[in-house]
Amino acid sequence: MSFLSKSLAIARKEALAEMRTREMVFAVLVFTLLVLVIFNFTTGVSPQVVHDIAPGLLWATFSFSGVLALNRSFVREKENGCLDGLMACPADREVIYAGKALSSLVFMLSIEIIALVIFTLLFNVNVLSLPLILITFLATIGFAAVGTLFSALSANTRAREMVLPILFLPVVLPVVISAVQASEKVLDGKSWGGLSPYLQLILAFDVVITAVSYLVFAYVIEQ
Amino acid sequence: MKGKETLKTVGLFAALALFVAALYMVFIYVPTEAQMGVVQRIFYFHVPLAWLGLLSYTLVFISSIMFLWKRNASWDNLASSAAEIGFIFTTLFLISGSLWAKPAWGVWWTWTPRLTTALILWFIYIAYLTVRFYAPEKQQGARFGAVVGIVGFVDVPIIALATTIWQSEHPGALIFEGGLAPEMKLTLMTSIAAFTVLYIFLLTLSTGLKKRENEIEELREKLE
Repeated sequence: MSFLSKSLAIARKEALAEMRTREMVFAVLVFTLLVLVIFNFTTGVSPQVVHDIAPGLLWATFSFSGVLALNRSFVREKENGCLDGLMACPADREVIYAGKALSSLVFMLSIEIIALVIFTLLFNVNVLSLPLILITFLATIGFAAVGTLFSALSANTRAREMVLPILFLPVVLPVVISAVQASEKVLDGKSWGGLSPYLQLILAFDVVITAVSYLVFAYVIEQ
Repeated sequence: MKGKETLKTVGLFAALALFVAALYMVFIYVPTEAQMGVVQRIFYFHVPLAWLGLLSYTLVFISSIMFLWKRNASWDNLASSAAEIGFIFTTLFLISGSLWAKPAWGVWWTWTPRLTTALILWFIYIAYLTVRFYAPEKQQGARFGAVVGIVGFVDVPIIALATTIWQSEHPGALIFEGGLAPEMKLTLMTSIAAFTVLYIFLLTLSTGLKKRENEIEELREKLE
């Protein structure tokens, strides 16, 4: 089996486990919805205010729900002792990383697309446009790349879930900053040209951080 | 062993002497800056702290790579010592900056690229220390720390770039500009030298302490 088909096999295993238990999708979706509702009360509902804060609101929500989703990725394996099984399978550590990152990416993207729809309905701001979906896609690659590494790391610490936000949030801040700025441009009706510095930065983060995470992942789950 | 102790004593006295000189220069020798007045003297503490905060993280990065590669505990001792001292220096850097910002800019904090990057660097130091603290055993903590050390360091230039692009559209804060008078330059150099010698002294103390801790642990394991 090639690297790709092995990684896809692990991603498929993740998807199957999730479809059978549905433990993550339910919790993360309700959590995302609740964050949006709470933000609504902290900011008021005047259309101008909502328009001004929508990008920040969206990315704060995605960051928090991302932490929640990524946490489960490895804590679940740890709880059932599955990580040992996963490590015993005839595949490199890097394959586990790629499969896990891929499944986290797909999972987070699905939640985010639903969140974008709900956001549009609840706040009457159209965030379901092609540029915004592209920003979300690129930023989520970065989230999944570094989040998978840190999820594996924090699952192996004494405090488990508690540690991930402390590691994840400061490191993804450049992505959050750029995604918020780019989303603001989109909502203000700016053209693609105005977005390019932000998209380039997110892309640079994705490439650099994926490469580094891929290289160091083996050291995290080593016994 | 004896030579090392002598070297440590020399280091301590060198740091002390340099600090006495630096304090004299900062408070008595150097002229007061015309625009900002007395408060500008914080500059001579602020800049060395910034420099050592960054240097320290570079040290964490290099020794983290070396540790993962060579698996030699002394690289890990160096990385964790540099992280601990670097964290303290970066904290002092943020505090001294804040104390200076209030009279100079009228606010305790502004979100300029440099300040924001420094703050995030501070958070990454915390992340590094957190994984070491929460690791179930020392060996694992060393590996986890190295991973965070590497990823965090690679992230710093991206953070700097992101905050710069972000802030280029907002009004920038008033920054201390223009060349330094020769007295000011000399005072700054002396202060940087004093802080750097202190840093090296603290680093040697800390790595020495960790080395002994490792030795004690090994002896204890042999006894059991």
